[in-house]
Amino acid sequence: MGGSASQLPRDLLGEYQELTFLTKQEILLAHKRFSELLSKEERESILQKRVPKSKILSLPELRANPFQDRICRVFSTSEDGNGSMSFEDFLDMLSVFSDSATSEIKSHYAFRIFDFDDDGTLDKKDLEKLVNCLTGEGDETRLSESEMDQLIQNILEESDIDKDGTINLSEFQHVISRSPDFARYLCLHCLLRCLTGENPALARQGKLASG
Amino acid sequence: MSEPLGPGTRRPPGGSNDDEVFFPDANYTSPSVTFLQELPSYQSILRRRTSAGGTQDRRQNNHGFAKPPAAEKRNLVEGTGVESEAVVRSIREYALNIPDKRRLRDIQEANVKYLSGWNQWKQTRNKSWKKFLDETKELSSYLELWRNDIHSIEGKFGTGIKSYFSFLRFLVLLNFIIFVLMFSFITLPSTIPQYGVLNSSYVKVSPKGVEPQCSIYTISGTKGLVYFYTYIIDLLSGTGFLEMTSLFYGYYRIDMVHFSAIKYNVPLAYLLTTFVYLSLSLIWIVKRSVEGFKQSFVREEDPFQSYCNKIFAGWDFCITDLNASQLKHSSLKYELKTDLEEERLRQKKACRTTEEKLRIYCLRLFLNIFVLALLSGCFYSLYRATVYSQKNISNDSSKMTFEGNLFLQYLPSIVITLANFIAPLFFSYIIKFEEYSPAFEIRLTLMRCVFVRLANIGVLLFSLGNQIVCANEEKCKACGYNYKLYPCWESRVGQEMYKLMIFDFIIIFAVAVFVDFPRKLLVTYCSYKPIQWCGLQKFQIPENVLEIVYGQTICWIGTFYSPLLPAIATVKYFIVFYIKKISLMHTCRPSKKSIRASSSNFFFLVVLLIGLILAFIPLGLSMTHIRSSKACGPFVNFNSSWDVVPHTIRGFPTALQKILNGIASEAFAVPFFMVIW
Repeated sequence: MGGSASQLPRDLLGEYQELTFLTKQEILLAHKRFSELLSKEERESILQKRVPKSKILSLPELRANPFQDRICRVFSTSEDGNGSMSFEDFLDMLSVFSDSATSEIKSHYAFRIFDFDDDGTLDKKDLEKLVNCLTGEGDETRLSESEMDQLIQNILEESDIDKDGTINLSEFQHVISRSPDFARYLCLHCLLRCLTGENPALARQGKLASG
Repeated sequence: MSEPLGPGTRRPPGGSNDDEVFFPDANYTSPSVTFLQELPSYQSILRRRTSAGGTQDRRQNNHGFAKPPAAEKRNLVEGTGVESEAVVRSIREYALNIPDKRRLRDIQEANVKYLSGWNQWKQTRNKSWKKFLDETKELSSYLELWRNDIHSIEGKFGTGIKSYFSFLRFLVLLNFIIFVLMFSFITLPSTIPQYGVLNSSYVKVSPKGVEPQCSIYTISGTKGLVYFYTYIIDLLSGTGFLEMTSLFYGYYRIDMVHFSAIKYNVPLAYLLTTFVYLSLSLIWIVKRSVEGFKQSFVREEDPFQSYCNKIFAGWDFCITDLNASQLKHSSLKYELKTDLEEERLRQKKACRTTEEKLRIYCLRLFLNIFVLALLSGCFYSLYRATVYSQKNISNDSSKMTFEGNLFLQYLPSIVITLANFIAPLFFSYIIKFEEYSPAFEIRLTLMRCVFVRLANIGVLLFSLGNQIVCANEEKCKACGYNYKLYPCWESRVGQEMYKLMIFDFIIIFAVAVFVDFPRKLLVTYCSYKPIQWCGLQKFQIPENVLEIVYGQTICWIGTFYSPLLPAIATVKYFIVFYIKKISLMHTCRPSKKSIRASSSNFFFLVVLLIGLILAFIPLGLSMTHIRSSKACGPFVNFNSSWDVVPHTIRGFPTALQKILNGIASEAFAVPFFMVIW
């Protein structure tokens, strides 16, 4: 990025290290990635600027993720709910998805991501949306209605302990804590490690050619 | 610090919709929380949480913190003040966003001022120690081999395939450490004296009790006219000029190395290093798998939440590639569909008639007999091949043609590879008729393949051992082993292992270059229907893991007989990593049947452990029960390799001797390996 990007002040860097699970290197990289999303003039005051959702979603790491919209919504602190992100929101997101974040934190945020209508519980509609996200949005890839009913019935049987027809946070965490894959899967570290160039696709190809 | 605050700080504290979602109303959750606390599984979670750094009460804190980020600062201050532990805990572990965390930290810092000097000091020390740990961790991560390669593979193909590559990396490291061990404690002490730097004494064969013909050891093929191709054969099969290099057991004939006042006992070091590398591998694998074992045994096979696992922990967020995400979608859908299907089948099965049951059981019995017959066929042909090649190698290798000789040398390896290739094909075909549940089908096929792979090595060693010991025959009477065929049998076993390893490598390379690559070309450039239907080679994780575990088992067995084999294995796995990576990236497609990261890690280590146990048995038996060669190697003066230990103990003070004698008997040695498990 050359010298055009404003550098992160030292004390702020230390503070972020203390407040997030990211390492120094990762924070610097995140800073760089974030500044790439802004236009040249905006880079001067990176900490005050917000990046619109569409730009965040264009990141290759989120592009392939079916929960991209939810992720933006959950981590955005924007008042009008448009999903735009400040640098600190961005860091928050990376911190939760980093390797070193505790699974406690991860399950907290996963619950929020899966709670599509933001009402604090996962009900049948949320689960249906979740399953559709997993199997793909297209009509031909969806499960049939009877399959979906059977599946949601099974999920609720397994996790809805108080039998109120919805899954709340503590039930969710209870289930998640017994899932061995969960913490391993909920990570986005490629965002920070694989890609450093301005054009990620090119960077990857270059690496392949040389490797 | 006040200047660059992000826009997030402008937000009204605690007012956003998100926060309310995130911290569900206390009134709402509390009944279910108390209810959940009764559950045994919840109790175990509590235990785990507290052991992970006392994080259990953090959650309650979160609920407390969430509602009043700024408005009720006083509450927070009190809250943190009461629990001094909470202050010690890192702020980043709170599920808040950065502006809130910043506020919380300011409060905590203000709180610290009220603490006594000692506590204050303790906390700053804690903090700086944590910072130091973080930084060292960050630095050490740069030293990780293939860090970027593995991450890009993970991004493209998901966590399951990534775990295969991390496993490969682990084996490279393990072999390298074993190599360093063997090199520094065995090869180096035996090589240096030859350059006259240190004094040493060679093993002298004591004339009494040893027949003279036992100590004759000439290496064939070193004299007379040498063709170029014999060099190639020697290089590929470890004979000729390679036989007397430090690669094989026979080279190590030095008894004592005198290093100023210290005497370095080479035979003892040889034996001890062998134990060290075996136990090191064991400890390392167990240590690595402790986490996996725990997860897999306690949680993975939890039948009551298989659907929840698939739904809530189904998406692999590490995937960054669009194609991979498409694949993940379809594999998830496939998985869910088969699960639902299976459930329906199970219900159907419950109402199966007796007649049908009987039919299925008969069919299964018949097919299992068929499997056994197939296996014994493989084993018998391997046995015959080994005996044949062993007999003919030593007879008249000079008269044979290049191809004939090479074929003879590699006959057992070829038979093993064929068996490894053919048997799984049958297994995967047969399993369809046995009508097991889909999950069990995969597992059973895998277990059968593991059995074929590892049992093949076992059969090979058994036939070799039979040839060496040749029970009740005249020619073995003099030395305790077949001295005519095997003047230095340890080197011969080393050669066999060396050949297996080289051949395994050649096969991996050849399959990538001559099968996968042309197939890719055909599929890409030829629109002929059947070819398109075949499609690209699938990257099957279980088969690939079996392949490298097989290689590792050979390495473990062979290291005693050929101390520098780990070096070859290190180089081999290093290259295999790139071969596999390139073939995965360019010529293969990932299998639709995805394998979950947790279960695959567990599976890898279990198979590796089985391989290690398999290595223990022949090594233990040959060290204790077969007489060591009288013509070569460090154990010329001993009946068996193990005898070096009692011999050393005789040099100890008598009191110590008595204690150790009980332990160090031969009767103890073999059970020791069994009991250690």
